[in-house]
Formats: sequence, structure tokens, C-alpha cells
Amino acid sequence: MKSEKVLIAGALVMIGIAGGLLVVIPFIQLKDIKPPKGLKPYTSSQQRGREEYIKQGCVYCHSQQPRDRRQAPDAERGWGRPSVAGDYYYDRPHLLGTMRTGPDLLNIGARQPSLDWHLGHLYQPRAYVPGSIMPPYGFLFDVKEKADPGERVISLPPDFAPKGMVVVAQPRALDLANYLIALDRTYPAIDAPEAKR
Amino acid sequence: MATIILLSAFIISIVALVFFIVAMIRGWFDPDSKGAEVIFAANEIGNPEDPAASPEARKALERTSPEGDDHAPDPRELESRAAADRSTDTITFVFLSCAIVWLLAASFAGLTASIKMHEPDWLGAYEWLTFGRIRTLHLNALAYGFLPMAGLGLAIWMLPRLLKTTLVGGQFALLGAILWNAGLIAGLGAIAAGFSDGMEWLEMPWQVDILLVVGGAIVAVTLVLTLRRRNVDHLYVSVWYMGAALFWFPILFLVGNIPGVHFGVQQAAMNWWYGHNALGLFFTPLALATIYYFLPKVMGTPVKSYALSLLGFWTLAFFYGQVGAHHLIGSPVPGWLITLSIVQSMMMVIPVFAFSVNQYYTMQGKLRMLLHSPTLRFLAFAGLMYAASSVQGSFEALRAINTVTHFTHYTVGHAHLGLYGFVAMALFGGMYFVMPRVMQREWPYPKLILVHFWLSVAGIGIYFIALTFGGWFQGMAMLDATRPFMESVTLTLPYLKGRSIGGALMTLAHVVFAAHFVAMVLRLGPARDAPALFYVPKGDRA
Repeated sequence: MKSEKVLIAGALVMIGIAGGLLVVIPFIQLKDIKPPKGLKPYTSSQQRGREEYIKQGCVYCHSQQPRDRRQAPDAERGWGRPSVAGDYYYDRPHLLGTMRTGPDLLNIGARQPSLDWHLGHLYQPRAYVPGSIMPPYGFLFDVKEKADPGERVISLPPDFAPKGMVVVAQPRALDLANYLIALDRTYPAIDAPEAKR
Repeated sequence: MATIILLSAFIISIVALVFFIVAMIRGWFDPDSKGAEVIFAANEIGNPEDPAASPEARKALERTSPEGDDHAPDPRELESRAAADRSTDTITFVFLSCAIVWLLAASFAGLTASIKMHEPDWLGAYEWLTFGRIRTLHLNALAYGFLPMAGLGLAIWMLPRLLKTTLVGGQFALLGAILWNAGLIAGLGAIAAGFSDGMEWLEMPWQVDILLVVGGAIVAVTLVLTLRRRNVDHLYVSVWYMGAALFWFPILFLVGNIPGVHFGVQQAAMNWWYGHNALGLFFTPLALATIYYFLPKVMGTPVKSYALSLLGFWTLAFFYGQVGAHHLIGSPVPGWLITLSIVQSMMMVIPVFAFSVNQYYTMQGKLRMLLHSPTLRFLAFAGLMYAASSVQGSFEALRAINTVTHFTHYTVGHAHLGLYGFVAMALFGGMYFVMPRVMQREWPYPKLILVHFWLSVAGIGIYFIALTFGGWFQGMAMLDATRPFMESVTLTLPYLKGRSIGGALMTLAHVVFAAHFVAMVLRLGPARDAPALFYVPKGDRA
């Protein structure tokens, strides 16, 4: 090859084709999708919790995309029906994830709606799930002698509670737990206009 | 809609393929097949060259060359090549020094993340060291630190040699490197502090990404200016890869990071278009450019089939760009997109086969050189791992296999086979060749190169085997609804510990490499005579 023009033009055409197929056409195809009837926008606390989820990198171990029953037993594990594009209407950035070091979380709020459980589990996962390898998020909590009014004291099994002290959740821990509880896409996907997949 | 897109993709694939095969047969781009010899001076073919080899190894290398050693290359061409090297030495030195720093940072971050996987409470109180951040720091320091710094540093060094000129506009490359590193430092700091755009491979906040786009584009200016001053008629295969990579990266990175455009599932498709293209259209071409230049150069043998390398380039450019959605099998992105990516993943066998066959025939009958040349060992290993990881990747994209391996550590093992076994090893090889030229000094302790090589090979071997088996068993456990989910976690623990051992060996290898690098730069260690392969006496350089 003797001409740099052929090289550069060819290279640009190649990436143009790829970008057209993988970025532009999906954009056109998906841009008019409406949210399913059962999907609520995030509240500001839930949205802040979602940002905390991103900050701590939860996405590197948890997916948010249950697969079809024909492919994998995700539904039998209680992770929910296969997700549809409309389920992510309010999600920017997307958090579909590529790892399941821990379970899928798209419907964690439906199967574990307890705020106490989530707060305690975030503080020390092994207090609630023996053998878990999830990181502890103690830095989202304060350990003090006495809780101030309005602060949320978390309940821990005796082995994991600091002696003579209480553990209170920082606002961001509450936001994160609120977001996790809000992860509930158990409404029917069939309402969604784009249900054809 | 889906059928039409799919059908047209097939037709485009076939037409493009036919076009390039015809072009190759007719020699539209390359009427003379002498292209592969452009990297040699007149009468130089048959002379092995490895600046990283010890004097004894160098003699042994010359003995293994079947052509004999009665060649005397044209001294004027060697003189102009020495001038080409002088024009790049400062800039290459800056790039490679940055590469070493990022390599160490990335290695320790990776090792920390790996240990945290099986010791989750270790350093648990430090927010910036939490797994989700240190893992991301590891990836970003490697993907935007070591790999591009080493890859671009080598590219800039090769460019004037390949174009038989001196580097033009080197100050642009230097400025690009400064902007790039400033952006990277800001980006890593942001991730450690918790500011992340939230998408894999695109975590750095888009505000600092601007620095990387501009920095990368400015480095490309040097390429364009040098190309315009070239003294060769023919552009060698390494130039295509480097040139294309330098144009592809800013486009990819820009599209991936534009704020406020992408949404929901579409963003996931874009995310993996970007993610896989960072590998396929940036790191892979830079590493292939390195192998295509240094492997024949060390052996003193031109690439066997130049036409095959042309086919390899264009098929890679076409197919690799479209494989990204194989990361989304089972997700709610449009089905046609996933199918398209699976098909193109399988088509990637063509460029990989073209490269591997070429490498095999180029090295045929000269395998003994591997015993003596440190550079060649790294490059040949990298070439093998390119074939291995690519073929593995093609099959991993098939639905039946992906259903097991998706969401597991198997994928992580595969990613490291590609990025470490292939790309990083190729860049190590290139750095070992280039540094003696840049510093006008031999590597002070040749044995350390051997130590680096074997620690790296053992490390990546343990790493890959542990995660491949662990990940597969994890996937099988997750697919069996009668087994509780926790079983898929518990059973991976021994394999995750194995991964930490592999990672520790790799980190140790990099510490050895970095120490050796520092010793060379500071002129520590035994000073040997200026070797016969240097054409400019030490004193001339100052």
C-alpha cells in the first residue's frame, strides 16, 4: 500500500460502518421507547443512591439484566423476568453490568425490601450472608456512643456490633439502601409498547 | 428491520472481502511484493539484530542465521537510520518512562483488587481502596497509562525508521503526551475520589476525557507531518496499523464520552462498541505494528507473505469494529445487534489466521533464535497469545458457550490473556529492543530480562488457568437452579487465590523490569563496551 490517503480513508470508512451499526442504528431504533406503566422515576434520594452505587463500583460485581428462562434459570433464582429496554428508561448511565460475582440486582428491592437488612448488609455483608465476599462499606456509617436525634441506628447481630457503641447510617448509606429497595421491575413487561424483542 | 440489517451486514461483509481479495491478487495497492523488505537496508537481510541480547547471545544469534554473516549492509542507510533514531530518542524516552510508572501503579492496584476478592475485609476501612474503585484504577492505569504510553512511544520510534526520514513535529507528540498524562492523573484521582461516569472502560469523568482526546489527536499530528516528509514509496504494514490506530482512538473515545446523548440500553450497546474497540482498534493494532516490525527485524528475515498481512489488516479493521455486542448476549439490546456481533466475532478468525500463518512461516527454521534473543522471545510469545486469545474470544461469543462464561471470572481470564499475554508482552519486547538505542547503552543485566520473561509467563499462565477453570465452574453452578447462588461464590475461592499468586508473579516481573529500566537510565551496573550494532559512538550524543 503506497497511499496514506487510502489508508486513512479506509480506516475511517471501517469505523464509520461499525459505529453506524452498533451506535447509530440502535439509537434510532430505541429512542422512542416509552417507560412501562409500572415504572416510576427515581426519587431524589434514590437517584443519589444510584450515584453512590456508581461511586462504589457495585456494577463490577452485580448485573442488572435477568436473562430469559430459555437461556438461564435467572427467574428461578428470584431475579425476575427477562428485562426489556423500557425497564431502563430512567437509567443514565446504564448499569447493566457484566459480572455476577454477586447476584443480579434488577429486582433486589422486590426480594429484599427491608431497609434494616440492606443497611446492616452494607455495613458488614458477612453478618447477614455467611461466606459472602462482598466488600464491607463501613465508611458509609458512623460508630458513636449515642445516636443523635433523627439518626438511623442499624441493627447488627451481636458478633458484629461494636461493643458499647451504636452504628448509625450516613445519609449516603440511606440513599444507597433506598435505591436498592427501589430496584423492583416486577410489573408486567407486556404493558411496555416495545415488548417485541 | 432486523432481517434487513442482518442481511445487509452479510452482503457488505462478503462484498468487502471479495473486494480486498481481488485488490490483493491484482496488487492494486501494492504492485511489487518487495514491501516486506522495506525495513531492511540494502544487503542487510540475513543479519539478525537484537540490541537487548548480551554479546555472547548476539554471536549465537548470528550463527543461527542460515544466510551466514557475510553481509555488509549499506553504511549510508545505516547512518540515516541512526539519524532517524536520534530524532526520536527524547520523545520515546518520555513515553516509555511514563509507561513504566503506570505499569507499576496498575500492577499494584490489580494485585490489591485481586487479594480483596478473597480477603474482602482486608483494607476495608479505606474508601478509595474499596474493590469497586481499586479494580477500576487498575484497569484505567493500564488501559490509558501503560498500554498507550508504551504503544505510542514505540510507534513514534518506529515511524521515522519505517519512512526513512527523521521525526517531524516531535514537539506535538511531546505536548500530546503531557496533556494525556495530565488527563490520566486527573482521571485516576477522580475515580479514587468516587467521581466516575459509571460505565466500564469509560469511567473517567468526561471533563478530563477532553484532555485525552486532544492529547491523542495531537500525537496523530506528528504522524501526519512525518508521513508527508517520507522518503519511501511504500508504507510498511506497521505504518498502517499505527496510522489507523491513531485515527481510530480519538473518534472512539469522543463518541463514547459525549455526555447527554446516550441512554439506557442504547448506551450499553455503545459502551461495548467502545470497550471492545479500545482493544480491537487501538491496543491490538499498536501491538501488531510492534510485532510486524521487530520480529522480522530481529530475525533478519522479511515477513513471509506480505499479501497476507494486507488481508489481515483490512479484515481486522472491518470485523473487529462490530464485535462489541457479544458482551450483551442475553441482555435486552435488539437481537439483531447481538447476532451481528457474534457473526463478526467468528469472522475475526480470518485476520488472526492471516497473522499467525505469516508468523509461523516467517519463523520457520529459525526457532533456535528464540534461545538467544530476549526481544524475540517476548514477541513470539505475544504472537502466540494473540492467536490463542482471539480464537478463544471468537468461540466465547457463541451463545452456547457465552451462556456459561458470561458474568463469570472466565471472561476476566480471557481479557488478561489478550491484553497481557499478547499486547503487554509485545510491548515489553519492543521496549527491550528500543531502549538500548534510545539510551545508547546496553541493558546492564541481561539476566534480568530472562527473569522478567519467565515471571511474566508463569504469572499469566497461573492467572489464566485459575480463572478459566474457576470461571467455568462458577458459570456451571449459576446455571443449575438447584444449587444455591452462594455455591457459585464459594467454589471460586481457591481459583481467586490462584489468581492472586499469578498476579503477584506478574507484579514482581514488572518490579524487576522497572528496576532494570532505572538502572539503565541512571547508568548503573557494569558498563560494557559499545556493542558492534551501535553506529554512533557514545561521545557523539550529548
